[in-house]
Amino acid sequence: MSNKSMSEMKKSTVAVIDYGMGNLHSVAKALEHVADENTSVIVTSDPAVIDAADRVLLPGVGAIRDCIGEMHNTGLVPSIRKAMLEKPFLAICVGIQSLMSHSEENAGVDCLNHFQGNALFFGENHKDHDGSKLKVPHMGWNQVKHTINHPLWTNIPDNARFYFVHSFYVVPENKSEVAGTCDYGLEFCVALARDNVFAVQFHPEKSHKDGLQLYKNFLHWDGKP
Amino acid sequence: MGLAKRIIPCLDVDNGRVVKGVQFVDIRDAGDPVEVAKRYNEQGADEITFLDITASSDDRETTVHMVEAIASQVFIPLTVGGGIRTCEDIRRMLNAGADKVGINTAAVFNPEFVREAAQRFGSQCIVVAIDAKKVSAEGDADKWEIFTHGGRKPTGLDAVEWAKKMVEYGAGEILLTSMDRDGTKNGFDLGVTRAISEAVHVPVIASGGVGNLDHLVNGVIEGKADAVLAASIFHFGEYSIQEAKQRMTDAGIEMRL
Repeated sequence: MSNKSMSEMKKSTVAVIDYGMGNLHSVAKALEHVADENTSVIVTSDPAVIDAADRVLLPGVGAIRDCIGEMHNTGLVPSIRKAMLEKPFLAICVGIQSLMSHSEENAGVDCLNHFQGNALFFGENHKDHDGSKLKVPHMGWNQVKHTINHPLWTNIPDNARFYFVHSFYVVPENKSEVAGTCDYGLEFCVALARDNVFAVQFHPEKSHKDGLQLYKNFLHWDGKP
Repeated sequence: MGLAKRIIPCLDVDNGRVVKGVQFVDIRDAGDPVEVAKRYNEQGADEITFLDITASSDDRETTVHMVEAIASQVFIPLTVGGGIRTCEDIRRMLNAGADKVGINTAAVFNPEFVREAAQRFGSQCIVVAIDAKKVSAEGDADKWEIFTHGGRKPTGLDAVEWAKKMVEYGAGEILLTSMDRDGTKNGFDLGVTRAISEAVHVPVIASGGVGNLDHLVNGVIEGKADAVLAASIFHFGEYSIQEAKQRMTDAGIEMRL
């Protein structure tokens, strides 16, 4: 066997799902930054490429109705569901909200229902514990508390800060699926984990060293909790 | 424990170089934008703002390449402003790797552009930049007005009312620059910063006038800003981002260290 085919055999692929929303450039650049030479990052809207990938990342930016709408319009929902059943899968930002049963954004949108529960609005009169006004969107660097041990938290300190930009937060019915929380007027879920699926509300690609570490962990994850 | 206040170094870029002038004149060279952005990233900046002050369309392509180069090496949020006039401008900057775009003059001439942009790209990436000047006389109730063209043209718009309107139209953040203070090193205009921060529910970035680290502290504590933006105190090595964060932490402000 030639060296070339050897290297092709070993090549691992991560598919970044492109369903027409959001800034995939920064996600792909961050993955490429931490990927080793045997890993290729592919931004794709092709179901066949997603089906063949070793791991899948579902980004999300923008409003949930457009997100879910585009996932259906592009015919990618079956591939997304299939990937969530069989290989390491990471969803970020609106991606985590799209995996819930329902979101109250845009007057209510039914989502993919992989995690039972809803995405709720902080509200324009969101208050801190002491009654002072909090800005919405929740924008900036906040601390993430690990509520379980998980391979994706490897080498990331508990309470490390990650970059957030969002006005909706997820409330899963099954609390044992919560992998991390954050405090902004209330303690809310910012990471969900079940089997080979992990989802986060923050933006690892914008969270400097700890964010890059999370992507690195994802690229080395075998999909086991 | 909670959300940290942000320090945002600002790169004013003209003809491919970081520059900094006093009240938009007396330009001084501060280096290559990509190198400067990398240095701030390593020092722990929470975000970087890139303002293309050339504003001639010939150089727009250069800006796109520069944003691409920064975005592939700097993994913190990047806002790009200057000459953003159409949804196509926004799309190009986001595709180049910007996370947010700053809209200034175009919002004044066509407020509907902000609404259209927020609907298409999401409020999270639409920053409306406001250049305000104090217009009330000494002893009268404070009043600030929006100016365009680097502070030369008055618009008749009240700054606080304008900020509220822009948030209604979908702005996800307000970048507020005091034209009276910009480049003076006398500190932020805390009055207008606080008035706008208390009037809107989205984050407000204070800008214009930072000359020392206490000015940053005051911007947050007295001005109620969610983030503070500065250029020259960082560009010319007077202070590092780390020193600024330490001073703010010592003052009891929650920071990402």
